[in-house]
Amino acid sequence: MISHFLQYLKFNGTPGEYGSTLWATIYILVIFGVASVAVMLMTYLERKILAHMQIRLGPMRVGPHGLLQPIADALKLLIKEDIVPDGADKFLFWMAPVAVMMTAFTGYLVIPFGKQHAVTNMNIGVLFMLGISSLGVLAVVMAGWSSNSKYALMGGLRSAAQMVSYEVAMGLAVVSALMMTSLATGTGTMSMIGIVESQQQQGSWFIFKFFPVGLIAFVIFAIAMVAETNRAPFDLPEAESELTAGFHTEYSGFRWSLFFLGEYVAMIGVSSIAVTLWLGGWLRPFPNALSGATWDTAFSTAPGILFFVLAAMCFIGFARMPKKPSFKVQSIGLGVFGVVLGMIGAVLLIPMVRVRVADIFWFSAKVGVFMYLYIWYRGTFPRYRFDQLMKVGWKVLLPISLAVLVLVAVIGVRHELLAGLMGVAR
Amino acid sequence: MSPSAEYKTLDLHDQTFLDSNEMVLNMGPQHPSTHGVLRVILKLDGEKVLGTECVIGYLHRGVEKIAENRTYVQFNPYVDRMDYVAAVSNGLGYCESVEKLINVEAPPRAQFLRVILAELNRLASHMVWLGTHALDIGAITPLFYTFRDREEVLKIFEKYCGARLTTHAFRIGGCIYEAYDGFEKDVLKYCDFLEPKIDEYESLLTGNRIWVQRTKGVGILNAADCKALGVTGPVLRAAGVKWDLRKAQPYAAYDQVEFDIPTAQNGDTFDRYIVRIQEMRQSVRILRQAVDKLPAGPTMAKVPKVLKPPVGRIYHSIEAPKGELGYFIVSDGSTQPYRVRVRPPSFVNLQALDKMVRGALIADVVAVIGTLDIVLGEVDR
Repeated sequence: MISHFLQYLKFNGTPGEYGSTLWATIYILVIFGVASVAVMLMTYLERKILAHMQIRLGPMRVGPHGLLQPIADALKLLIKEDIVPDGADKFLFWMAPVAVMMTAFTGYLVIPFGKQHAVTNMNIGVLFMLGISSLGVLAVVMAGWSSNSKYALMGGLRSAAQMVSYEVAMGLAVVSALMMTSLATGTGTMSMIGIVESQQQQGSWFIFKFFPVGLIAFVIFAIAMVAETNRAPFDLPEAESELTAGFHTEYSGFRWSLFFLGEYVAMIGVSSIAVTLWLGGWLRPFPNALSGATWDTAFSTAPGILFFVLAAMCFIGFARMPKKPSFKVQSIGLGVFGVVLGMIGAVLLIPMVRVRVADIFWFSAKVGVFMYLYIWYRGTFPRYRFDQLMKVGWKVLLPISLAVLVLVAVIGVRHELLAGLMGVAR
Repeated sequence: MSPSAEYKTLDLHDQTFLDSNEMVLNMGPQHPSTHGVLRVILKLDGEKVLGTECVIGYLHRGVEKIAENRTYVQFNPYVDRMDYVAAVSNGLGYCESVEKLINVEAPPRAQFLRVILAELNRLASHMVWLGTHALDIGAITPLFYTFRDREEVLKIFEKYCGARLTTHAFRIGGCIYEAYDGFEKDVLKYCDFLEPKIDEYESLLTGNRIWVQRTKGVGILNAADCKALGVTGPVLRAAGVKWDLRKAQPYAAYDQVEFDIPTAQNGDTFDRYIVRIQEMRQSVRILRQAVDKLPAGPTMAKVPKVLKPPVGRIYHSIEAPKGELGYFIVSDGSTQPYRVRVRPPSFVNLQALDKMVRGALIADVVAVIGTLDIVLGEVDR
């Protein structure tokens, strides 16, 4: 057992490549847990950030600065009455939330949080991910149809039409990134890990490749992924002001929370694809301008420093808490939270740990940027109308992504030819 | 008179003609964006609206009937409960109508106070409209900004008369309350405060591509249809008709202040949005002048303790934030009105809904309900 453990630590790859079911299972469980916690954190942050954009405070009551609000919400949803409407298709009604969850989580099998930190290095990773995330629409349609409600049905139909049309532009944008992977080596790859490694070899994230072609492809993907996950301004399937709650109008309690969880997990999932394909995955920023061992060390301290900053914020909050007996528990809670964050920060500064977690940190940080963008969109944009949404998908995004695809091909071939003519080694 | 020749009403209850693509959707009375308890029955072909029918009355309180059992003075606070978003305008219309009936004129100071409060209320009403309208179209943030700024208006109301929403600020014969110390300063400060805020709303919405796409060409109501349906207020002005009762039949002290009537040409949702935003700017302009010109003197005219208007009838209307608000009062010489009929702008404007959303999508229905700026308290009374 111990020798197995030590042997695995020496292995420089994913548990899937290592061929150990045990390790893969552990990884899956860890990812499941971490993703769920991330969703909880995300709901808290979304409410808080949106609140501050809207000159409100957001949750403030449960725990210091509402930190325990997600737990209270989860508890509330668990103990709520579970209502199944009369005339609903009971089996499909039960299936839909489960299907949403399953499709959302299955994609995580191939997301590389670091070179070793993925369940498996699947050679068709991107394809798998896209396929699985499009399965989510099936669950939404199921939910909409089985509810036996007109609002839900319309939500489901909208969702189906929307996802199908945005998938095309999304796929074409992905293909242009895949073509870029073949540039330096001559052979492209669909493996998520391979794509990041290709960016490392070429010394450039694909978003900056053939500027601005890579950027345009990235923007198309970034728009399509918002539509794919049904978030504002493309949140038509659940448009509150039109369809009350769209496809999950009839869901309540725990079933509803599964939809909620599925949506957020899917958001993190597609953001991970975007990060992997265009933003260099787990690679740290500025690999060219600020290269060298010194800079590597400097960048690897970033996670520790970030946690120290968070801890400092907690301590400032602790100092500013009203000095009243009724605030005592809250103050102590915030203080303890700060100490815990500080300790995590200290652990992250230990050189051995530092090297192991740097890739996970950079990946999460990049995904975090996308999460912030999601919230920002929601706070800023009005909602598209159904026909306009279709128009944007088919008449704007699709032609542009086709053009980008052709451009990437032409520029890539020219690039390769020049390299060959000038005798530069591949 | 039907608005146009090809326009036919749809029998929504006749389901025998429903083919497999059509369905009847019941929107409301509990729905996030029907602005209260409006119920709209939609006949849909997929997402396309074939016809609508409004079902109203869920907030009916019998205000007009109550009036027949109250004295003229007693009925005054009831009118605030009709359009509770613009309570001051309701009170202004009622007080002026009764004053006309008993031939009393409010003193000049009261007239100017009325203008100031009514314009503040217009701002508050338009801000509620803007926030909820934007929310219906999916922009959730402007709501909080407008409510933040409306709060300042309510604070001024509270300082002036103690109430924030149903103010009951005016009495028959003038204003019962003298302006508090610093009233003028507060109003001027609010004007300075608000102008950049209006720019802020515009920066969020006016140039926003999605906002423009969602509102341009949606719910078009041209001038002829407006006139045929009796639609008034910003909806009429957005269709290019320069009709504002503050200019057309000046009441209170509106003939002594300068302002423009903002109009637009297309009569779509975007134009109505622009017109209302411009109206807010004009209101600020009116407020500045009214505070500047606020004369000294009494605020109440001499009114008998027991009001017994002569036998007769009167129709008087004012420009409420939502359109023409009229009161038709019949007096039989007793202390109680024989009949009070209110012509609420929301009620009349609402009947344009069907005309505006035929052939549009569900999302447009929500946008159009928002742009008509209805208050169900006023529709149902």
